Amino acid sequence: MKPLRMIIVAVGGQGNLLASKVLGEAALIEGVEVRMSEIHGMAQRGGVVESAIIFGDASSSIISDGEADILLGFEPAETLRAIGRCSANTRVITNTATLPPFTVAIGKGNYPEVNEIKQILKEKTAGLVAIDAMALARKAGSPMSVNIVLLGALIQTGALGFSKENVKEAIKRRIKPALVEMNLKAFDLGFEAAAAGTV
Amino acid sequence: MHKLLKDSPGEKIMLLGNEAIARGAVEAGVAFATTYPGTPSSEVSLNLFQMSRESDLYFEYSTNEKVALEVAAAAANSGLRTFCMMKHVGLNVAADPLMTLAYIGVTAGMVILTADDPAMFSSQNEQDNRYYAKFGHFPMFEPSCVAEAKDMIKAAFELSETLKQPVILRTTTRINHSNAFVTFGDIKARQTKGRFERDPMRCVTVPAVARELHVKLLARMDKAAGISESSEFNFITGQGVWGVVANGVSYHYALDAVKDLGIESKVKILRPGFSNPLPKNKIKDFLAGCEKVLVIEEGEPFMEEAVKAFAQEAGLAIPILGKTDMLFTPLGEFHPAMVREKIATFFGIDYTPAPKIDTSDVPEIANRPPNLCSGCSHRATFYAIKKAAQGMDVIHPSDIGCYTLGFMPPLSIGDFVVCMGGSVSTSCGFSKATDQKVVSVVGDSTFFHSGITGLVNAVFNRHNFTLVILENGITAMTGHQPHPGVDMDLMGMPGYGRVDIENLVKSLGVEHVSVIKPFKVKNSIETLKEAMAFDGVSVVIAKEPCILWAKSIKLKKPRAFEVTDKCKDHKDCINEIACPSFYIEAGRVKIDADTCVGCALCAQICPENAIRPLKK
Repeated sequence: MKPLRMIIVAVGGQGNLLASKVLGEAALIEGVEVRMSEIHGMAQRGGVVESAIIFGDASSSIISDGEADILLGFEPAETLRAIGRCSANTRVITNTATLPPFTVAIGKGNYPEVNEIKQILKEKTAGLVAIDAMALARKAGSPMSVNIVLLGALIQTGALGFSKENVKEAIKRRIKPALVEMNLKAFDLGFEAAAAGTV
Repeated sequence: MHKLLKDSPGEKIMLLGNEAIARGAVEAGVAFATTYPGTPSSEVSLNLFQMSRESDLYFEYSTNEKVALEVAAAAANSGLRTFCMMKHVGLNVAADPLMTLAYIGVTAGMVILTADDPAMFSSQNEQDNRYYAKFGHFPMFEPSCVAEAKDMIKAAFELSETLKQPVILRTTTRINHSNAFVTFGDIKARQTKGRFERDPMRCVTVPAVARELHVKLLARMDKAAGISESSEFNFITGQGVWGVVANGVSYHYALDAVKDLGIESKVKILRPGFSNPLPKNKIKDFLAGCEKVLVIEEGEPFMEEAVKAFAQEAGLAIPILGKTDMLFTPLGEFHPAMVREKIATFFGIDYTPAPKIDTSDVPEIANRPPNLCSGCSHRATFYAIKKAAQGMDVIHPSDIGCYTLGFMPPLSIGDFVVCMGGSVSTSCGFSKATDQKVVSVVGDSTFFHSGITGLVNAVFNRHNFTLVILENGITAMTGHQPHPGVDMDLMGMPGYGRVDIENLVKSLGVEHVSVIKPFKVKNSIETLKEAMAFDGVSVVIAKEPCILWAKSIKLKKPRAFEVTDKCKDHKDCINEIACPSFYIEAGRVKIDADTCVGCALCAQICPENAIRPLKK
């Protein structure tokens, strides 16, 4: 498979490392080579957490600026902050539910309007899917399933080329049995929302 | 059963680099493992710790890296395969035993892991520890990917036994924290009990003995040099007259770049994976077939200087470049596009990078720096220190841990941070060199690591400062590892000893010792004031478990607070303690009930008493 480079950006605690592991497992099922890189440590005290996933025929395990084929953002401002990782050919999938940084939460820093964020992402990249993954996660049964909702949306876009069934199988293998059903529901809700356009 | 203990050769599994290293050690039959945790190495030891609880593998979290290496040195000289792991700066702490252990050597395989951190994702410097291998005379392996890391540690144990010399495995963050599929191999049986055979002419390094040992050490390294020449880890890929020498992750960036640039027929790449001693003859042969050579390595010009010296010996005058203004920097980490561009520049390839997105019109987005957690007791302690020291000209030496984050406003506790334990000893210096008040902070794990010696120094030399020991009962920053002050019964692990910090500090001769519960704000401020008024060394122990830890072992059940109508919008809560659970909605201060744990710090500083437990 031709290399396909994907960046996931999230705020610490949103579960992007688990999402990466599910995609890694799905790659194994699909028979696609995969390498991933993540940042631990200090970054997890409420900071930004970024994973790079490279599918297919390449050897590197990180992605340079401007070279992501897919950007999956768990928080709209973080998706926009990562726009430097994209080119005009990048497909972007983002959550629209905000988690303002502390300075913004207390009224001191700037946080762009979500509509403005969507507009910029849409104009500058090859396509944007924006869904309120938090609302869908709550509907699925837990705000913790935001990550899997977004995987559902990602798979629906076809940008990755993985089948729905294989990713669901990966969810079953990688997520605690007690939480599988809820997460499969979350996946379906994300998939449907992406199919319906933006929410 | 722990997933890395499974005896299932041939199974393909996705592993974190650090898990692959731990599995490699298990496959190599490691019997004895020691560490002090530090990112990016921490998951190697965490996995070995977990495995030790369900197998006969011995594992310990040692007090610091020097202790860990000495404990390991004894095991490796008693016939046990031994693994000692640490982050790059940890090897500085262990450097004293390291340099002389090289002379003594080992009787069973010993591998020392140094996890370097180019770009300093979570470190205070980006030193290049390859120099320790050269400095101390250790064979060294450097993997380029996760799967190779597992193979290399097994080879490292074999080589260590062949040479009777410890071997260094040097990784970088992008190996430790990458995931890839790894195939399990056979697990070699562990030998878990050894015997020390007295051999003073090898093991007692008085000068007369050490002089002889130094000669033998050089002979062992000569033998290592011979093995390096034929090592499978020192290989050449591709062919052509343009040469690239690349190590570690840079090798993969170079492979991708050569393919992307379409110059596969012109470039050959030498990848030194057994990188000390470098394979001198192999490199000379490689150079002889090249018109020019580019050396690609993160960090310092470790290989570049060696390659240039080999070329001089071989009488070759070809251009060999690496770290220059036009090419590579010793700063930070490399990435694929950077390596592609530099290869194109050096070999004169026509290459135009893909157009970048214009981001000039992207609005400013407030940064999201890491912060102390909601309900973190350090916030309360720092607030109390600040109040107690109000109006004074104070220096706050701080140390390495979560609490280093306290240097940011509004808490602003942290004026000088250099290394583990440095808060205590720099307090000694500041208090003598200035007339400023010195109030320093150190975590409990860091205090055990290397703060104690500074405090002994302070007592003996009659320094004058207040040391606040933040006793949160765990090594928090690196992921909740034990330390000598931890109640191991709480971890469900009886059978450990426990060192009480208060008794320890008193026994060292500190004359003014007090204990605070940081969430009792008024008392804490008063106690701190008394300690600061004391003429001499005073210690205040702030006792409160790490909130993340307490929640994870169900020691603390969160109970959220709310801002009631009594709020008159002073915003002291936001301006003075900056807890991330606060937000403003329609001009009013609110508390996020999902993240508030109910520490009640804000409730105690609110001038209107407006912050109350949330009514269910």
